[in-house]
Amino acid sequence: MTPPLLDVAGLGKRFGGFVALEAIDLQVASGERVGLIGPNGSGKSTLVNCLSGTLRNETGQVRFAGQRLDGMAAHQRTRLGLARSFQLPRPFRSLTVAENLQIPIEYVVHARGEGRVDVPARCAELLDLVGLAGRGEELPTGLTQVEMRKLELARAMAAEPRLLIADEAMAGLSHQEVDDILALLLALNDRGVTIIMIEHIMRAVMGFSQRLVVLVAGRKIADGDPEEVIRNPEVERAYLGE
Amino acid sequence: MRGWTFLLLAVLVAGAVYAAAAAVNNGYVFFAGYVVLQYVVLATAWNLLGGYTGYVNFGVAGFFALAAYGTVAIEKLAPLPLPAVILAGGAISGLLGLGMGYLTLRLRGVFFSIATLAMAVVAQTFVVNWNFVGGSAGAFVIRPQFTAWFHIDYIHYLFLLMLVLCVIVLATARLIERSRLGDGFAAIRDDELAAEAAGVPTLRLKLIATALSGAFMGMAGAPLPYYVTYLDPPSAFSLSYAVNTIAMPLIGGTAAWPGPLIGALLLATLQQLVTVTISSAVNLLIVGLMLVGFIIIAPRGIIGWFGIGEGKLRRRKRR
Repeated sequence: MTPPLLDVAGLGKRFGGFVALEAIDLQVASGERVGLIGPNGSGKSTLVNCLSGTLRNETGQVRFAGQRLDGMAAHQRTRLGLARSFQLPRPFRSLTVAENLQIPIEYVVHARGEGRVDVPARCAELLDLVGLAGRGEELPTGLTQVEMRKLELARAMAAEPRLLIADEAMAGLSHQEVDDILALLLALNDRGVTIIMIEHIMRAVMGFSQRLVVLVAGRKIADGDPEEVIRNPEVERAYLGE
Repeated sequence: MRGWTFLLLAVLVAGAVYAAAAAVNNGYVFFAGYVVLQYVVLATAWNLLGGYTGYVNFGVAGFFALAAYGTVAIEKLAPLPLPAVILAGGAISGLLGLGMGYLTLRLRGVFFSIATLAMAVVAQTFVVNWNFVGGSAGAFVIRPQFTAWFHIDYIHYLFLLMLVLCVIVLATARLIERSRLGDGFAAIRDDELAAEAAGVPTLRLKLIATALSGAFMGMAGAPLPYYVTYLDPPSAFSLSYAVNTIAMPLIGGTAAWPGPLIGALLLATLQQLVTVTISSAVNLLIVGLMLVGFIIIAPRGIIGWFGIGEGKLRRRKRR
């Protein structure tokens, strides 16, 4: 059996006396599409931050592609192939759209030492992929909310990741816009990128996920086939109450 | 324009400036010009950290004066040629910058700025209690009248060295802007968390910026004892160095190298003119008024009027 791409074992994180994550175990296979759901405050973003290196987990360990990530800085994890997008788009506002993509190309792809890519061509390709073709010379401040989220995904993709964690990439978008982002994530997965999608929009989660993981109050309460997980009584209780 | 072409052009301009100052044949031109050039170096050095990465350093006087006191110490221990003293000053303040960067890694925004101000106060206290360099009484340094070689007037020599430093610091700033390092700095300035997630080693880049910025400020400060001939802590660590140095890039624009250059030339020249025509006491008033005025009419500085520095790589050939 091939080892999982991402292997999280017993991960825990506290903020003072508050337990944000407790003994989280999670394995994600290469090429998989995993949905991660949970009510507000359940620890989804904390988990993303611990995986991507923004926060340090106090207990447990994270292995990615066979390598231990604990204590590793966020930029090193990105270089290893673990990229994330942010819940609220965080573009580099003084740089153009294309320059936003240029940063990970310069600092991740070129830093890997596996040869240099043609930067303008790669930027154009990524912008085309996310539906922002021809917008490379604009500043991000001129983009709409959905375009900013597409830029956020394109920037994560520019690092040529093996695993992409999309943190609520669809929050606040219209029906059509959700479909656009969903199609985009599925297209990325078709290209071989493993994706963990954190989302509240159940239509999107169910349409996307091959496997569903549920966090409640910092604990993983379900992990499995999406149809089965949403019928799990504990999950229903967490979402709908007693 | 390629780097070498720019450097050649900058050297030619510097040569023309020196020739023009010499043609006026008035010692005061060199005396006042030295201060203007010193501020070009300081403002550009400050901008390497403050403008490019967005970390506002209020401790300018600390970097500047510590190197000046380094010169006093070298002069007393074993006098060296001035270019070597300037390099030593750069090393002292570069190390100080590296240390400050390391100790303030987790501080951002106003907290970082307060820490830099505190660093300058600590440096001043250290010098006040260091009797070898004169302590609170200050130190006298005898300025030779002429250089040993070529018999150049020493003030002309100081002016020339500061001119060389201007060329070096401006060429460095321009090189950084056009390099991967500059892209990383811009990413840190815009959003440090996103920069780190995009693969930018933010910690290493911040340390490079604090060390480089500190080193150039030190280089600007190292010749100071020979210029003033009497150095005492209150004037060497004067807060006005920080106020002027920060105001200049803000007035000229922080996004690209011409900003601090224009700001320093404008403000420092005006201050020198006012010093001889009205009083040096008016200098800080001028800074205040110009700062308020420019924040209103040119929030992105003078270069902002011409769209320089927007989408910083936009007009640049992509690698």
